Amino acid sequence: MTAQLFLEQTLNGLQQGVMLFLLAAGLTLVFGIMHLINLAHGTLYMVGAYVAATATKASGSFTIGVLAALAAAGLVGATIEMTALRKLYKRDHLDQVLATFGVILFFNELVKIMWGPQALFLSPPAALSGTVEIIPGIPYPAYRLFIIGVGLAVGLGLRYLIVNTRTGMLIRAGATHRDMVGALGVDIDRLFTVVFAIGAMLAGLAGALAGPMLAVEVGMGEQILILTFVVIIIGGIGSVRGALAGALLVGLVDTYGRAFLPLAMRAALDPAAADSIGASISSVAIYLLMAAVLIWRPRGLFQAYGG
Amino acid sequence: MTRIQTILAATMAGAIVSGAATAADKPVKIGMITTLSGGGAALGVDARDAFQLAIDLKGGKLGGVPTELIVADDAQKVENAKQIVTRFLKKDDVDIVTGIVWSNLAIAVVPSVTREGKIYVSTNAGPHELAGKGCDKNYFNAAYQNDNLHEAAGQYVTDKGLKRVYLLAPNYPAGKDSITGFKRFYKGEVVAEVYTTLGQVDYAAEIANLRAAKPEGVFFFLPGGMGVNFVKQYAQAGLIKEIPLFGPGFSFDEGILSAVGDAAVGAFNSSEYTWDLDNAANKVFVAAFRKAYGRKPSLYAAQAYDAALLIDSAIAAVKGDMSQADAVRAALKKADFPSVRGKFKFGPNNHPIQDIYIREVVKEGDTVTNKTIRKVFTDHQDAYAAECKM
Repeated sequence: MTAQLFLEQTLNGLQQGVMLFLLAAGLTLVFGIMHLINLAHGTLYMVGAYVAATATKASGSFTIGVLAALAAAGLVGATIEMTALRKLYKRDHLDQVLATFGVILFFNELVKIMWGPQALFLSPPAALSGTVEIIPGIPYPAYRLFIIGVGLAVGLGLRYLIVNTRTGMLIRAGATHRDMVGALGVDIDRLFTVVFAIGAMLAGLAGALAGPMLAVEVGMGEQILILTFVVIIIGGIGSVRGALAGALLVGLVDTYGRAFLPLAMRAALDPAAADSIGASISSVAIYLLMAAVLIWRPRGLFQAYGG
Repeated sequence: MTRIQTILAATMAGAIVSGAATAADKPVKIGMITTLSGGGAALGVDARDAFQLAIDLKGGKLGGVPTELIVADDAQKVENAKQIVTRFLKKDDVDIVTGIVWSNLAIAVVPSVTREGKIYVSTNAGPHELAGKGCDKNYFNAAYQNDNLHEAAGQYVTDKGLKRVYLLAPNYPAGKDSITGFKRFYKGEVVAEVYTTLGQVDYAAEIANLRAAKPEGVFFFLPGGMGVNFVKQYAQAGLIKEIPLFGPGFSFDEGILSAVGDAAVGAFNSSEYTWDLDNAANKVFVAAFRKAYGRKPSLYAAQAYDAALLIDSAIAAVKGDMSQADAVRAALKKADFPSVRGKFKFGPNNHPIQDIYIREVVKEGDTVTNKTIRKVFTDHQDAYAAECKM
């Protein structure tokens, strides 16, 4: 293994982590503040991807595609919150799991009716379709660098929103002292809709960014949702900072595991067995990480605001 | 003759006597279990459409007898397929079962069909479990044995003289089988055998390792959306022009190519069928399929169409009297039908002996499609036929 390969895999891990962060940030906000387990978060990711692919094709501009995805995901998110989820805040978590699972089935069917069962294809915009040689000798896909940049910018933006704005203050207060915030005359219903829409837009953004890299297909949200839950459990439920740390950690561990465990195993075993055993261990690496973190800090790396 | 066989023979003889009078007026019922929803729906849709097309082209009849096709969606789930087959056999009383796309479903369902003395004709799945020791006189595979396409890719890579090849497949039984099949005919060095997680979406880590290993070629088997993702990311890493990409036809079939688009241009893949095969039966099929559905037929479509014509030939041989089980089997075994593959015959385990080709992914006007470049295997048979005792 060379230093270049290690750097390249680190970039891959960061890029994967940043995508997970976009999903986990919204999920953890909703979970931490509204105490709602939302299995349908991946649905908003899928909606973002489909709308971005369609709008990009129709307009010829990826920027318009992303904006359309943000708008659509925010709108769909706010609608789901106001029509279906609002009734669930006081119910127990099992009811929420069942209801949001229903939302997944509903949207999977709806997307299939609207777009058909075939996956959609979306290329990166021309300016980002090539490779950049930031590590000498290793051409790295420009589009993946772009995702890292967008993800970090969104992270900073969220931090500003939560720490420096009035909405952010209410979000922090609502996470721990919901009744008190309500008693002070804040419209909790509206606050929750806003929080949910912000989470939905982040998921929609992740979906729009995933389009040029991944197949845009029905059920794409469920595949990534499990990893997202691992991220917020590691990071600490309700904490955006935790979501960032957890996402980068999971991205790096998953990437390093897949990249280097089979290579390491080859030192001791014959290549075919090493590849096979290495693959099996690396596929559980993030769950081992989660277990290790939970033993060390049972409530995750960071706790929710004020909690 | 064992007691069971004696009883079976007696039962069949009884069935022939009682059935003969009404057989010709009774429509033939074919039950198709296939995948019409979920991620793998495109494959089942192709199979259903092509099978129906064959019936339509013959005026709603197969073998000159009115034919009723009952289609049920298994949603790629074993439990669903098992429920459907029970209904087909107990309630709908179908004469033939067909259509299963996925090998794990076929392994679960086919034995319950053949045990009842009914015929199963596979339009796709060809697991080795049913080709070797588990073969059955009532089970016919009109597609291939699963290893065949991977074997052809291995042979082609060897023929091209590539010495260092990188292998990639998901960490589940069919993934391991694909690499076994490839290695059966590949003579060079295997740089690495990489097993990815089933359902994995991002292959950045694998692609970086692969580039660092500097192979002369890459062979991969990643069915469905996994393959779409891998090929897109492989192209985005700028590798498709540098390190040639080889795979089985599944990963580059017409439906997949419509999703992957330009990223796949320049890849090579193996298949026993391509829409551009030059024979009369195929020209009729491709023209009719495009007219009816507005797209090019995939290998899944071709296999289902051939299965329908195979069944057509057997029904004709018994004049619609499906109770003559031995005669139906003998007619199926003859495989006397105009295959879109040009020629087609069954080996001793009722699996095809057929030619397999290499196709290149090319851009034709606005569409990305496959072009047959050469034949790799002539009259190729699977590795499990010798184990089959029936």
